[in-house]
Parts: sequence; C-alpha cells; structure tokens
Amino acid sequence: MSSREIILAAVRANHPLPAPALPDVPLFERGAAPLLAQFRETLERMGGKSIEAKQGENLDALICSLFPQAQVISSAAAEVKGTRGLNGTRDPADLADVDVGVARAAFGVAETGSLWLSETELQINSLAFLAQHFVALLDPRAIVPNLHHAYRDSRFATARYAVLVTGPSATADIEGVLIHGAQGVRSLTVVLV
Amino acid sequence: MKRIDHAEAASEFIAAKEHQEFHDRRLWDLRLKRDREAHGIPEWEELRELASRIKEHTLSHLADYLEEFEARARENGATVHWARDATEHNQIVLDILSARGSKTLVKSKSMLTEECDMRSFLERRGIEVIETDLGERIQQLDDEPPSHIVVPAVHKLRDDVSAVFARTIGAERGNNDIHYLAETQRRTTRPYFLRAEAGMTGANFAVAETGSFVVCTNEGNADLSANVPKLHIASIGIEKIIPRTEHLGVFIRLLSRSALGSPITQYTSHFRAPRAGGELHIILVDNGRSERLGMRDFWYSLKCIRCGACMNTCPVYRRSGGLSYGATYSGPIGVIIDPAFNIRKYSNLPFASTLNGSCTNVCPVKINIHEQIYKWRQVIAERNQLPFVKKEMMRIAGKVLADPRLYRAAISAAGLAIEHLPRFAIYNWLNAWGRQREIPKAPGQTFRSWYLENRKPS
Repeated sequence: MSSREIILAAVRANHPLPAPALPDVPLFERGAAPLLAQFRETLERMGGKSIEAKQGENLDALICSLFPQAQVISSAAAEVKGTRGLNGTRDPADLADVDVGVARAAFGVAETGSLWLSETELQINSLAFLAQHFVALLDPRAIVPNLHHAYRDSRFATARYAVLVTGPSATADIEGVLIHGAQGVRSLTVVLV
Repeated sequence: MKRIDHAEAASEFIAAKEHQEFHDRRLWDLRLKRDREAHGIPEWEELRELASRIKEHTLSHLADYLEEFEARARENGATVHWARDATEHNQIVLDILSARGSKTLVKSKSMLTEECDMRSFLERRGIEVIETDLGERIQQLDDEPPSHIVVPAVHKLRDDVSAVFARTIGAERGNNDIHYLAETQRRTTRPYFLRAEAGMTGANFAVAETGSFVVCTNEGNADLSANVPKLHIASIGIEKIIPRTEHLGVFIRLLSRSALGSPITQYTSHFRAPRAGGELHIILVDNGRSERLGMRDFWYSLKCIRCGACMNTCPVYRRSGGLSYGATYSGPIGVIIDPAFNIRKYSNLPFASTLNGSCTNVCPVKINIHEQIYKWRQVIAERNQLPFVKKEMMRIAGKVLADPRLYRAAISAAGLAIEHLPRFAIYNWLNAWGRQREIPKAPGQTFRSWYLENRKPS
C-alpha cells in the first residue's frame, strides 16, 4: 500500500462519531455602515495610509510627489506609467531594485482594511513584496463590508495566487516593538481613485 | 527516552528575573489586545461556535475532504505527496530539491517542519535552509527551537538578539537598537530570497473545494518565499483542511484577533496553482494525526488553528517560558498534543497547569483544553507514568482526602508544621509547592473547629 492509501485508510477508520452537520455561514451584515470610512480607519491602524486623488489628477505626478527619492517606479496598473515597465521582467527577482511598485486592487474589505490582489492585478507577484514601497489604487465604490463578503468572490476559485494585503510588512518579534518593512514593503499607500 | 522535567527546566527561566517579568508582561499584553478585538465583534461567540462545528464536521469526514483537496490540487497543476511521518516528509523534500539540483531553501515559519526536525535533516545533506521570519531566524541563528508558535523568540530581550546577530550575521557588537537589529536581518536575508532555487511555506488552512491553501504572515516572508524562487513546496498537516472558501471568512476573522489582537495579519495569501513557469509541490503530512483522530478524548486537539491564545493566557506558560516544555508545542496546547507523540517523554507536561480553564475560554475553535489536560493526567497515572515522588504523594493524599478523620488530623498537623518545622523540612525537593514561593501562614483555627464553636443550635 502507498503512504496515501495507508493514511486515508487510517483516517477513515478513525473518523469520530457522531459526525456533526456542516453549518451555514451567515454574512453578518450590519446595515448601511460607512464602508469607506471604516476601511480607511482600519487600514491606518494596520500601518497603511490612504489618500484621495482629485478628479482627473495625474497619478504619475502624485506618486512622484509621494516618493521624491524614488528612482525606479514600476506599475502593473494601466493608469500609472511609472519609470520602468513590467513587460521585460523575466524573473521575479528582477524587481529587487524597484523603489515603488504600483497596482490596482480588485476590491477592498472595510472590516479589516484589506486589499484583494491576484496575479491578474500584479502581473508579477513579487511586485508587491520586493519593492521598497507599494502603492495600491482602489475604487472607493469597490469595498465590501467584511471577510464573509470577500470570501464569496468567485475569483478565489480562478486566481492562481490571491492575497489580502493589509498594511505594509510588519514585525514585532523583538520585545513587541513594531517595525514596518520587516521583509517586504516598508510602506503601503492606498490611492482612492 | 528521558522524561522532560518541566519544573526543573522552568526554574532556570524563572531565575532570570528580567526576562521572566518581561515575558509575562508581553504575553499578557497580547491577551489584553485579543480581548479588545474580540469584544469589538458582536458575533464573536457565534464565530467560535461556527469554527468549532466546521472543524468537527471536517475531521469527521476528513478522508473524503482530503481526497477532494488532492483531486482539485492536481487539476490545478500542483504535485501532491503524502507523508506518513517526519522521516518520509523530510525525504520527500530532499528528493524534490535534489532532483532539481536545488541547494538553497528559503522558508517561512512552519510548526510542522519543526515537528519533523526538517532543517537539521536537510542541512546534514548539504542543503542550506534559511528561516525568513525574524523571530524564527533569531532562533535558527541561536540554535534553539521556537519558544512560542506565533512569536518564536518572545523569551529573548534585545541584548540577547544583539549578541546572537553580532556572533552570526555581522551585526555591530553592542548595538541593541531594535530597528537596527530588524534592518540587519532584512539586509542579510534579502540576497537569499533573490538567489534561492526553492521556497517553502506551511499552511494555516487548506480548502478542499478549490485545492488551495492559505498562509498568514505579518512580514510578507511567505509571499517572498513562494513568489520569487521557481519552486514552491508547501508542507501541510492533514488536519488543516476545511471544506469551502466561504469558511475562511470564519477562521481568518478569528485567527489574528486571537493570536495578536489585530483584525487580520498584514498578508493573508491564497495559493491555488503554480504561477506561470513555476512549480508547486504540496506534501500532506500525517505524523501521528490519524492516530490522534481515533483517541476518543483527545481528537478535539486536531481542531487547533495554532493561534497561541492559550499560551498567552496561561499563567504557567507565561512564567516558565516555552523552552521549558522541551517539546515542539508548548503551553496548554502543547500539554495536550505532546503526550500523544510520546507519553513517557512528555508525561510531566499535563501537570504544568493550574486547570484554571482560561485556555479553554480564549480558544477560538472551542477546544476543551483544560478538560483534556485533566484527562491526560488520568491516562498517565493509569499507565503508570507518574514519577515516584508525585505518585507517592498522590497515593498518600488520596488516602487522606478520602477519610474525614485522617483529613482533620492532617490539617491541624499541617498548620502546626508550617509554623514550627525548620525551613529545610518544608522548602525541600520533595515539596514542589515550596520551591519558588513562601508557604502562606495558615489561620490559627480551621473552618471546622470555627463552625463547631459558632453554629447555632437548630
């Protein structure tokens, strides 16, 4: 017998009884909460920032003004050109020298201040992690109330990789002191547009 | 195999006063943060109940869900392996790496690979393994196991980390600035992400209906480990399965709130299929889990989502430190898991508890931890695994407590004894209760004699 068969047989023989039914998970809706305000407040608690872009504002100029020192800006979002395109990227490690990575999130989650991104939005997944700073564009109308709503999104079944990004990389592993930029991005800025 | 003496190991930790006080404070702070988050969600108790029922349902149909997970994962283009135990797991990892000529493995935190002692196995065979979580990296460089499942180096202070980094990764000697230390680790770990041929993660959850798995980190190091190298290996304990994506809503809402008191981890990452041009290997590991599933009193511990809330709230864990348990899993959850791995070696651990029940009350999946601790004590006593002194004390205590006359005589004698016996008779190695504390002064009169004097004739 293969290990697979041995394990499955042992598990099957030991299934506890009686087996309870699988419960339904409600959406826990809380009426008409101000989703955008809750999203921004929680994101800030998690160490992220959010700013509102003005109508028709040049987003490249906006990002340059946020990161005046940045040499390399790479964007997976159509609205932002950046200084270096992603088309020539052969290896995810090529993005190691990117100062600012930019992508448009598919949607946000008010409860946790999270952004939903997959390989479709990122083009190269490492963009959101190897860059020093990450900027996410978010349509303020595309915010769902909580994680139960988020997990009903059908794209979880089709994306190869999907990540809920909530604030920048963080650690408190030494004496509980909070550090941003433990391994991945040092800052996260959400541009509402 | 030698029996772990938790009390003896803890005495060393307790002697380092500054460390012990900080440890206690830091973990209690996590507990308070957890409370604030839990109280902020009106449906908290409903979520715990849902989480518990989803897990109990899944574990009662685990073989079917495992088959579903495997079928979906294969359709997604992942390769699925099965490992009966630690040895088989480690060999599978080595074979995958060897077949591709991979010499360097970057990995995010995984208690399962700790359980399998994978790092030393691979290192002995010429594979360089780099832990990338800051706390786990500190422990790797100091050649110590993690002392906590969420914050692996919580028992260390900044001076300890500074000394480890100066000794191992070229940090400036004596510089104990925490920002500097974290930055030094970032700077020295990054080149490994860029050149490693293989990355490894564990998994917090695996979803049967999609064949995907979820990894939660705050550092983003799992995403770097999985998204930069070509090859991604994920080791997953078979109990991590949940049926559907919508169930993640329940568990993700509970996990980080219970662990660290934050609404969610900074990164909650879902891996379903290898990325274009990449390779994904999933290893489903049993290592004692199927056997534990058949233990009528103890299978509930398989519901555990490894949040560490029970450790943070436990007065014994906070004061004794995780390393004193001498096992991969410490604290209340360790106390009920470890004896299932080796009853003789870990027979002392279920006694490292006051049975106050706080662990059960904070557990997000409602494991009856303190009841299981009590049950393990019974099993250990029945199997004759009690150390001699404890057994003799228990035998005598059992006799005395069962007989009112003997009990009364013992109580009045005990009061006299504490007052009049020389110190060495009370504070000695036979009496564990006299070791780190002064025995309180007993009142001059027992309740019974007071009652006999004061009761009104009816």
